[in-house]
Amino acid sequence: MTRIFAALGAALLCVSGGAAGSLPGVDQAVVERDAMPPKLSAFGLFRGNDPKTPATGIGYTLRAPLFSDYTDKHRFISIPTGTKAKVGSDGVIEFPVGTVLVKSFGWSDVNGGRPVETRLLIRRASGWTALPYIWDADGKDATLALGGRRVPVTFKSPDGETHSIRYAVPNKNQCKECHSLAGEIVPIGPKVRNFILDPASDKLRSVYFENPAALKPTMPQWDDPKSGSVATRARAYLDVNCAHCHNPAGSASNSGLFLRWTDDPTGVNFGVGKRPTAAGRGSGGMEFAIAPGDPAHSFLIYRLESTDPGIAMPEVGRSTVHKEGAALLRQWIAEMPKASH
Amino acid sequence: MRFHGLRHAATLCIVAGFAASPAAAKLISVNATTPDANEKLQEALILAQPGDVVQLGAGVWKLTDGLSLDVANVTVRGAGAGEGGSILDFAGQQGAGEGLLVTADDVFLTEFAVLNTKGDGIKSKGADRIVYHKLRVEWTAGPKETNGAYGIYPVESTDVLIDSVYVRGASDAGIYVGQSKNIVVRDSIATENVAGIEIENSYDADVHDNVATKNTGGILVFDLPSLPMQGGHNVRVFENIVNDNSTPNFAPKGNIVASVPTGTGVLIMANRNVEIFDNVFDQNGTANVMIVGYRYEHKDPKYQPLPKQIVVRGNQHGKAGYAPKFPGGDMIAAAMGGAIPPILWDGAGDAVVLDKVGVLSLNLPDVKTPQSEAKPSPADLSKGTPPAALPVIKLPDTMEAKVR
Repeated sequence: MTRIFAALGAALLCVSGGAAGSLPGVDQAVVERDAMPPKLSAFGLFRGNDPKTPATGIGYTLRAPLFSDYTDKHRFISIPTGTKAKVGSDGVIEFPVGTVLVKSFGWSDVNGGRPVETRLLIRRASGWTALPYIWDADGKDATLALGGRRVPVTFKSPDGETHSIRYAVPNKNQCKECHSLAGEIVPIGPKVRNFILDPASDKLRSVYFENPAALKPTMPQWDDPKSGSVATRARAYLDVNCAHCHNPAGSASNSGLFLRWTDDPTGVNFGVGKRPTAAGRGSGGMEFAIAPGDPAHSFLIYRLESTDPGIAMPEVGRSTVHKEGAALLRQWIAEMPKASH
Repeated sequence: MRFHGLRHAATLCIVAGFAASPAAAKLISVNATTPDANEKLQEALILAQPGDVVQLGAGVWKLTDGLSLDVANVTVRGAGAGEGGSILDFAGQQGAGEGLLVTADDVFLTEFAVLNTKGDGIKSKGADRIVYHKLRVEWTAGPKETNGAYGIYPVESTDVLIDSVYVRGASDAGIYVGQSKNIVVRDSIATENVAGIEIENSYDADVHDNVATKNTGGILVFDLPSLPMQGGHNVRVFENIVNDNSTPNFAPKGNIVASVPTGTGVLIMANRNVEIFDNVFDQNGTANVMIVGYRYEHKDPKYQPLPKQIVVRGNQHGKAGYAPKFPGGDMIAAAMGGAIPPILWDGAGDAVVLDKVGVLSLNLPDVKTPQSEAKPSPADLSKGTPPAALPVIKLPDTMEAKVR
């Protein structure tokens, strides 16, 4: 994946090379107070408020990222000085109060690679809070956009195709729609099975983690055939792109379609031979979410390949089709034995 | 029969007086003509505090993205659901699976319209004690397969009140209540939907004083397998007008309602303890009442596919059964002199029918037997002992007070 912030690794190494989090910058009072600052700069998360230079913290990527209109995402985590994250026995990373997950979204060929938006997921005493910020035209600061916004952009996807879309910056509630578990906001990406520290940050794993040895990703890299079979890579893709809603405590709990890495991939509840529940037009006239051996009659594919809001899945965060992801899932379904349902 | 409630439904388009808000509550007014109205309205819905009223100005709101509300005990109130009221127009919608999504408890939605959404109209999920009142959800071009699926769509909720709403054009169900408990749907009009009103995988519902007309099927009580909540039971369908449900089925194939025959009045599938009483039926070409098992293949050992302890009594039956739109229906009708009886049973499970009209059984007690092996014959279901009458559904007083 293209990195829009080539300087990042070096910057992190530089700012974090000394004692953990000892450099001034992040205003923990602002982070931890129950407030929604109108400007991103209030948090002090970046040096000089330049999104290329995080003030502190560790950078990370994911084995399978959530597709967001081919944006390059730059992620880092700010963990308060003197505290550590912990990998739980269930593989969920528990972050201390005062942690901020920072994710900037942009394209290398839009705005000279500067991000369009930066989303914060803040761990406060009351729980996680999601705040979306859109970078101002002058690029000097970003402004809170609680109600979300459509931003017209034109970019090229990896296959060279030009896309002109009205990119949707999610509103605060839409952040929660995806980040919701039993009605509470939770991070999606940083689960140990999916989580990779950037090389520069990896040296700091014992500074920021109580049990650094537990940081061992188990999912394959979704787009690297050497890392796993088509089926396991497809399941990794579904886990990250779908299972945040499609789990028994998520926003799509009522669908009965559960696509977590840990779910039985042969079962009806994984979509195999599953009839539509509340799909409406999303069924595309097909009988099953997944018809083994027959991707052309699997409406899971139909929904992934649509951008019509009445059909498309996921329901938020996508105005283009992720061709490479859909191709992987097509191959996975095509290779399923037809008789298995 | 008690039809006073229908008067309310029929006067839906008349602007009602503005109810007083609690003293502590803020009134947040948003205008349809504000620049960035979509963003401003969404912000208001995010910044509202419990107890607040978000007041939608009169006019047509041109919205491009779905709205959502995640704050408990908020009222969203418009200036009316008809002409001149607060019209949320989603014809240009670019994102989100519904027009308005509610995910908090004790929310009150009243006096506005949601039009032409790409997906569902108004959805509430895990939103207990929600009240839908004097709303209109409509696809204004009438029945089309490209319309959204559900008009009003509460799911996974306890205590649901749908009162005096009008829903037209849904390509699945106009009013759809799924996987919920303690439900009242009353004084509402559902027309030109595939299913007018549908209660699915739910417990304890009263559906009464509604008009379900010109749908494919008027009122459906369903239970489906492989869902988190199933075993639908205790549903009363009473004092409704269910007539002329003659719109050809326009549901996208694959969806369960795509199998509903045009001309169905009330259809009960795989539930137990359902009472159908004191309704007025007329002009339902397939049947006024259909009672069937779930006849599709499934792999859910916990699922109960049969209708059980169904009671049909005290209904008025007008013309029915003259155009039965299930496979072989026309031949059976021809053999029976042009029409089949107004009540159709596939022969699975059990039912007591006390109405003085005929019942046609397809004699398919095993849901695994294909329908092609039907051996239709008249059946007498009047001899059974009906189970004890179901209790009236009572909603919390706080909910009833909102619509009083």
